[in-house]
Parts: sequence; C-alpha cells; structure tokens
Amino acid sequence: MMQRGMNERIRRLREQSENTPPRLSLERADLETDVYIKYEGTVSVPELRALTLKHVMENKALCINDGELIVGEKGDGPQSAPTFPELCCHTLEDMHVMNDRELISFKVSESDLKLQKEKIIPYWQNRSIRHKILEAVTPKWKECYESGIFTEFMEQRGPGHTVGSENIFLKGFLERKEEIRQAMEALDFIQDKEALAKKEQLSAMSICCDAIMILGRRYADYARELAAKEPDETRRAELLQIAANCDVVPAHRPQTYWQAIQMYWFVHLCVTTELNPWDSYSPGRLDQHLNPFYQKDTAEGILDDEKAKELLECLWIKFNNQPAPPKVGITLKESGTYTDFANINTGGITPNGEDGVNPVSYLILDCMDEMRLLQPSSNVQISRKTPQKFLKRACEISRQGWGQPAFYNTEEIIQELLNAGKTIEDARKGGTSGCVETGAFGNEAYILTGYFNLPKILELTLNNGYDPVAKKQLGLQLGYAEDFHSFEELLEAYKKQIRYFVEIKVEGSNLIESIYAKYMPAPFLSIITNDCIKKGKDYNAGGARYNTSYLQGVGIGTITDSLSAIKCHVFEKQDLDMPRLMKALHANFEGYEEVRHLLLNESPKYGNDDDYADEIMREVFQYYRDCVTGRPNMRGGQYRVNMLPTTCHVYFGEVMEASPDGRLAHKPVSEGISPVQGSDTNGPTAVIRSAAKMDHISTGGTLLNQKLTPSSVAGEKGLNHMADLIRAYFNLDGHHIQFNVVDRKVLLEAQKHPEEYKDLIVRVAGYSDHFRNLSRALQDEIIDRTEQAI
Amino acid sequence: MNHTYHINIQKFSIHDGNGIRTTVFFKGCPLSCAWCHNPESQRFHRELMFDEERCTGCGSCIAACPQQAVFRAESGKAATDRTKCTACGLCVSRCFYHARSVVGTEIPVPELVRQLVRDRMFYEVSGGGVTLSGGEVMAQDMNYIQQLVKALHEEDISVDIDTCGDAPYENFQRVLPYADTFLYDLKAVTPQIHLEYTGRDNKRIIENLQRLSRDGAKINLRVPVIPGVNDGEEETQGMIALIRDSGVRLTQVNLLPYHRVGADKNIRLGRADCREFEPPAAEKMEQLKNRWQGAGISPVFIGG
Repeated sequence: MMQRGMNERIRRLREQSENTPPRLSLERADLETDVYIKYEGTVSVPELRALTLKHVMENKALCINDGELIVGEKGDGPQSAPTFPELCCHTLEDMHVMNDRELISFKVSESDLKLQKEKIIPYWQNRSIRHKILEAVTPKWKECYESGIFTEFMEQRGPGHTVGSENIFLKGFLERKEEIRQAMEALDFIQDKEALAKKEQLSAMSICCDAIMILGRRYADYARELAAKEPDETRRAELLQIAANCDVVPAHRPQTYWQAIQMYWFVHLCVTTELNPWDSYSPGRLDQHLNPFYQKDTAEGILDDEKAKELLECLWIKFNNQPAPPKVGITLKESGTYTDFANINTGGITPNGEDGVNPVSYLILDCMDEMRLLQPSSNVQISRKTPQKFLKRACEISRQGWGQPAFYNTEEIIQELLNAGKTIEDARKGGTSGCVETGAFGNEAYILTGYFNLPKILELTLNNGYDPVAKKQLGLQLGYAEDFHSFEELLEAYKKQIRYFVEIKVEGSNLIESIYAKYMPAPFLSIITNDCIKKGKDYNAGGARYNTSYLQGVGIGTITDSLSAIKCHVFEKQDLDMPRLMKALHANFEGYEEVRHLLLNESPKYGNDDDYADEIMREVFQYYRDCVTGRPNMRGGQYRVNMLPTTCHVYFGEVMEASPDGRLAHKPVSEGISPVQGSDTNGPTAVIRSAAKMDHISTGGTLLNQKLTPSSVAGEKGLNHMADLIRAYFNLDGHHIQFNVVDRKVLLEAQKHPEEYKDLIVRVAGYSDHFRNLSRALQDEIIDRTEQAI
Repeated sequence: MNHTYHINIQKFSIHDGNGIRTTVFFKGCPLSCAWCHNPESQRFHRELMFDEERCTGCGSCIAACPQQAVFRAESGKAATDRTKCTACGLCVSRCFYHARSVVGTEIPVPELVRQLVRDRMFYEVSGGGVTLSGGEVMAQDMNYIQQLVKALHEEDISVDIDTCGDAPYENFQRVLPYADTFLYDLKAVTPQIHLEYTGRDNKRIIENLQRLSRDGAKINLRVPVIPGVNDGEEETQGMIALIRDSGVRLTQVNLLPYHRVGADKNIRLGRADCREFEPPAAEKMEQLKNRWQGAGISPVFIGG
C-alpha cells in the first residue's frame, strides 16, 4: 500500500501511526493511584484531581518520534492508550477480552495485567465512577439500560465532547495562572456561601497550569537532549527549534504558526489525560485560529504554504496516534471504534459574520485529502457566504469515497445555538463536534447523555409494556396491540411510553451528572472553558457559560416506517389485522412472508418525499423533542435532543424482535435521520426533502448519510451536482450531510477479501472508519444503505 | 387519444439537460430504434415486465390472474401469454420477489405538476428543471402535454423536451412558447439507414429541426452513437453538413455512446427479436467529438 503524505517525513510518520497496533498503557493509572494513596482525604477533591494531572505530567514517559515537528503523546508512544480506573476499573477479564477481541482490540502486556491485579483493581474497584453510578441508579433504570431502551455515555467515560476556542491561542498559562490568582483574591468569604468551594476549585486550576507548563518544560529539555546526540544537522536544528517552541508554549502565548499548533497539542494532551472525555477534545475553528499566525509568519518570510501544510500534517498524525480510550460492554457496542472523535470545523463564518474561509482553510482541505486519516475527523461548515470554490474543493475530496469531509450548515447551526439561548457572537464561533453535535466552542459544556431507542419503545407499546426480547415488564401497561382500535390510540400509547422512558433516562442522567460534579471535577478543562474561572466553578458542575445535556434519538426511519405500515394496512386498508401482525413479528416472519411483503414493499416509507410517511416522522420527532427539550439538568442548563447513532443503531437492532416495517429480528435499525436501509427508492433529492421535513433548528444536530454512486458525481458536472445537493439541503435548513461514494461491488469484495482492502475507509455515522474494523453487522448495514444511482 | 402514460418519473436526473432535473418518461414512440435504451417506452399501451431471474416459481401470480394468462413454464418459473395479458397488474401485487411489474401510469396534469414542483429547490440551486422524455413526448396527447408544459412554465420551472422530432410541427408550436430547450435526437441523416434502423423515414425529423431553429428554439442536438450504423465518415459528415448548411443553431451537441441496458429490458418485455450492438470504444467517441468540433460546432460533450 502506498503511504500517503506530502513528503518522506510525513509518509514515515503516517506509516508508523497506521501500522502500530494499539496497546494499553497503565502508566497513567499507576501514577494516579500513587497520588490518590498519598493525598486522598487530605486535600479537596478538585485539588486531588489537579495533583493527579501534575504528577502524571511530571513523571510520564516523554516521546519525540523520529522526524516529527509537533511533540507529545498521551501514552508512551503512538497508539498507546492510557486507562482511567477512576472512571472504569477494568477487571482482568475485561483486559483479556480487550487483548483477544477481533475488533477494536488493545494489546495488554503481562506486566500490565500484574499491575492491574495487584495495585489498580484493589484500590479502584469500589471507588470508580462506574461503580458509584451502578450503585446509585434505580433498578428500573438498570433494567432499561440492560435491555437497550437507552444507553449511558458517562458510565465509563467522563463528560467531554468539548471544543476549544481562540483563547487557547491568545493566552499562555502563566497569564491564566495570574487570572486565577486574581479570582482567588477576589473571593468574598463574608457574603459568598460557596467561597470555600470556589477557592478549592481555583486552587486546583492553578495547579493544573503548573502541570501543563511542567510538561512543556520537560519537552524543551528532552528535545535539547536529543539534539545534542543528533548526528544529522537538519534534524538537530529541528529539535532545537522544537525546544525553543516549548520554551514559549504553553507558558506563554504562541508567537508563531508552529508554536500555535504545538500549544494546541499540549492543551489537547492535558484535557484528554486529565479525564477520559469521550469524543476527545477538538480545536474547533482551527483555520480561523491559525490564520493570524499564518499571515504574520508568511509576511515575515518564515513560513510558506509547504511548511504550513507540513505542520498541519504533523498535527494530523498526532491526532491519529491516539486511539480512543478502551471501551467495554454496552459502551463498546454503542461506539465501536478507535476513533476518538476529534473534529475540526473548517470554513463557516467569522465572529463578525463575514465569510470565514481563509488560506489555512484550503491548506486544511489539502492536508485532509493527502493524509486520508480517520482522525481527526474533518468537516467543513458551509455558509451562504462560502465561496463555491471552497465547497467544490471539499466535494472533490468527499467524492473520493471515504466520507470526509462531512458538510455542515453554518446558518442552521447558528439558528440552533440562538434558539438555545446563545449570543450571536458565541453562536458564530460555534460549530459541531463529535459526530454532529452543536456547541458554543470554548463556552459550553454540552454533554451527550446517551442514545434513546425509538423503535424499541413501539415494540414495548405493542406488547403491553412487555419486552419480548429481555422477557421483562419494562414499560407501562397500556394494552396489547389488539386493544388499540385506531391509529390515534396506538400513537397515544406510544407517546405515553416515550415520556415514561425519557423520565427514567433523565432521572438517571441527573444523578450521574451530580456524581461527576461531586467526585470528578475537571480543573484543567475548566481553565480553558469560559466562564469557569470567573464563576470559580468546575466544567462538570456548571462552570461553563452554557451547559446543555443532549439525548440522542435513534431509529427515526424504522419507527416511522413501522407506524406507517401499521396505519396503512391495519387501520386503513385493513388487509392485515393486529393478531396476525403480532404473530408474524414474534415468528420473525417465518411462515408470514406475505405479511412481510406488505409491510416492506407495499407501505409508504420515509425518505421518498411521501407526505404520508413523513408526517408520521414529524409527529414522532416532535413529540420526542418536546418531551426532552427544556427539562432542567443539574448544571443549570437544559436537556435538548440530537438525532444520531454512532454505531448504536446496530446494538439497538440487536435487542429487538422483527419490526412492523418488515425489518428482521436483531437486524440494525435505521441510522441518524437517514431512511431505513434500502427503503428510499426515489433518489437523493427525495431523501433530502424527507429529511428536511424535520425541524432541525430545534435540535442540537442531526445526521444524514447519503450514499452516491461514483458515476453520479464524476467529472466537473458531477462535482456541481454534489455541491448543488448540499446547497439545496442547507437552503431547506438541513444540519448535516455526508456521503459514501463507493460501489456496492467494492464493499462486497472488501468483505470477502479484507486483506486486499486494508485502506478502504467508509463513512459510518458522524465519522469514518476502516471498513475492516467494522463488525460484520455494521458492514452489512453499510452495504444495505441505498446506493443512489441515476 | 385518451391515455397519456408515463413509465417513470426520475428524480435527480442529471443526464438530460442542465442541472438537477426530474425527467418524466412518457410511453409510446413512433420510432422503433433497434438500439432503444428504453424499449418499455416504445408502445403506447400498458405492458407487463417480468424478470425471470427473480422469479422463485411460487405460483402466486398464476392464481391471481383473472385472464388465465400466467402459467408455469417448463423451467418451473412463471410465464405469461402476452396475447391474453391485459396488464391489469393484479399479479404484480401478489409477487413478493419484485419479478413482475406493469409499466404505464396515468395521472392527471395537476397531480403530475404537484409531484414535479416538489424538487423546486434543487432546480433553483442547480439551474435545473423538468425534462419531458420518452418514448416520444410530441407523439402524446398534445392537450395533456401543452397543459403540463404551460403549468410548469407558470411555476417558473424550466422545461426541456427530449424529442426524436417525428411529429407534426404543429405539436412543437404548441409547446414552443413555454419550453426551455429541445433535446433533439438525430439518429441518421441517410434516409435508408434511418428507415432501416428506426422503422421511419427522417424527412419530417430534419424539417422540424430546421423549422425549430428558425423559430428561435434553443436546441441541444443529441446523437446516439451506434457502431456500424451511424459512426462512419459518411454519416458524420452528413450530420455536420446538415447542421452547417441549413444554419441550424445549437446550444450544444451531445454524443451518446450506445450501451446495452435496453437488451436486457427487451427480454423482460418478452421481445426476443432485439438486435445487439457493440458499445463504441472511448477513442472512437473522442475522435467523433474532435470531428464535430473541428467543423466549428461546439461545445460537444460525450454522454448526457
């Protein structure tokens, strides 16, 4: 396989990144345990967390890979994944499974196993957040969780999913430390009942400033040490420059483009070492943050496009070197990938509302194209003001078939944020992270709480609240399928069940948020998130300017088609009765092929611009949204909805019988807001029209996957068609669209001969992944997504 | 004429005119080109299509047929006596395997317009619109077609008409004020070749082309390239001369390479007598393109 990258250096680093097998690193866990043993009970919780980060940064192994220009690894080298026993204390069995499992495996050494057994498990097994959560939640919550009604994001991963802002590039940590000192000085111990808590929090933040500066200083020293031994003159000069960069950042604000990237990377390492914030951490509007440095350096003649791109490619490799922290159980099922969801937004508009595309934006696109890496996940924000040239360049990359960049609608994102109470400037600085989730970058803690299985709840509704797969009475007893005499009665019951389960979920999430606020503050992340210093409050406790909790609806296509088929055949045409339908579902349609034919082929389907089905989609969506939106969370913010699945649509399908849309038992449900796989037969414009009937602006993000045949986007004309589809969808207020441009035949071949398609990357949900790293069920599901030909 | 059937409404149609379009394929054509890509559009009446590969021989269709036209063939699969079949479609709804379908749908103009305006946003963004194709649009009930083209025009939607040109010129005059571009097919200039391969003489087709141009219509000439039929020097030279000598003004020329989809459809329609051709080589297409452009006619595109 030909290695990608602009030059020999990048190709070598890329090869190392791609070919190193992921492994566990217990270094962080080991150091953390020492700190806890030493300080627990003697310092406040935030300070304990800060001392942990500091101790890790003082003692962790350093790594400068041969030839690299941006330095720092989370573990001891590329593809080394630290564990977070304070969140999830892996059992020895977990570790064996991680080592042995075919997909998303992590190599575990004998010494790691020994350390885990003798030190980590004894200390953490009853102290971990996962343990605390499972002790605290109600039996009802646990039953629903185990049966796949919903999932829980924070069960073994910390609240994360956050994005940095321009502040990272404007202030050094000495300056931050001074800001914190002033905030401490201003504390009012006479009037303010929370003054002590604030003091502890601010003190923790101050320690964290030291932590990152220690890391920077150590890297400066280490680079000099390597330079002294380096025989090659060119490399020696590079190492000395790296050392000089680390003398400046992170203690001071960056002076050059190179230092700006290094600054970000130190921050990234500290955020993702402090806690395991699933969905990692992202630089946000990187093109806008870097542009002032790019302009200054090119004017001074110390930077050209070649060098600027090379540094970006070095950063890309750093992202790709960090696999997502290892997951187990249901969390692995809902997010079965190494991808850590760092997500870069390019384009969009500036805080003043002008077109945000600049020279760095184009360099980022070139870098994306050349590197073709899973991480960072790259997307473009397309505004009405975005030049067609930029959009078409992005389409040119996307149509190569690997799903990046994805396309986001700037105006729609801004409206979403305004609708959620952000100021216009904060909204313009915002964007999407993770898969498609909208946030006010640098100002918001927007936390995904879990996926919500919309089709499964219909299964329960048709069975009087009984779960035929888990064999448990989970829902309300509102009658059996036969007891509903009209479609309206059925829908009414479905809605009551939705409300019932949303409340169980929200109750659990509130509890979990409180546990994190109390036991797991994130003082480092709090330094760089506005307004935590000002409020003296932690990121996990409501310190950010905005604090949203998201609940992600999954399977809108499957639930719509299921209700549409019942409405059409049971209540209107009456060519099928409920008892027969239920027998067919329980039998997984064996002996009921005719019933399946009616449901599958003779019913109105979502995704065809057919108002019959689309109206049902709208009604279910709106009810779900209204049921969630506006509920208060524990951090002073509100709950809102997203519509996205990661890989959860496969898991949610696994826990279900056959469904009334003709879907077979245990097969995946529909993903994102895309139609049921294969049910959209009228082409991409019809899919887009159907999807746009959802009120995207009232959500926090939706995900639409569109498969196109390579021939339909070929040539200059094809590029225009792709750009036109995107513009039209965005004019209709769609939030996000991404494309899989690949022949079905190629995917089938890749399934048969994975070794020959090692580099085949496809779009999964809001991210891309190697086809070979996907489970068989997910591979099949992607093959089944309709290929829109002409 | 009482019925205006269409065989398909194709959204995201990107090979028949500018931008993103919706193409309505009408059913029935005066020509019967040997290479027809859409043989199901040739006849004016509804027809049954049967895909033998998908048939499992379950027999549901046999029981469903009120004319007793469907029977079990020696292969065990279904077969249809097309002299008895009325294309009523009852067997289609009983076939779980999508082996059977009926082509030919009739809907009133207002309903069709409602369907076509749904993709307005795509037309507006891309500079697209609606294309009427076939079969032959100009050989349909012209009251229907005129009403349709006019209604779309009033909706400010561009309408292209893909035509073989073999219709009374009055028909063209009825849509001329509302149509955007005519995608005008030219299959051969030599009358005998035209007659042999399409079943009709080309005199009226050539006259209509010239008249349309004189009347100010925008014309996009489309030449299906069929090896051994119209890809030789004589035909190419003849076509170019026709355009140049009679001063026909064209917006562009598309040379459409023959492909074999039609052959398979013929089998599904129960027509075994179809002829097959070799698709033209890419170099041949380039050569022809250069030939046209060399004669001062441009732009010329290969494909739709």
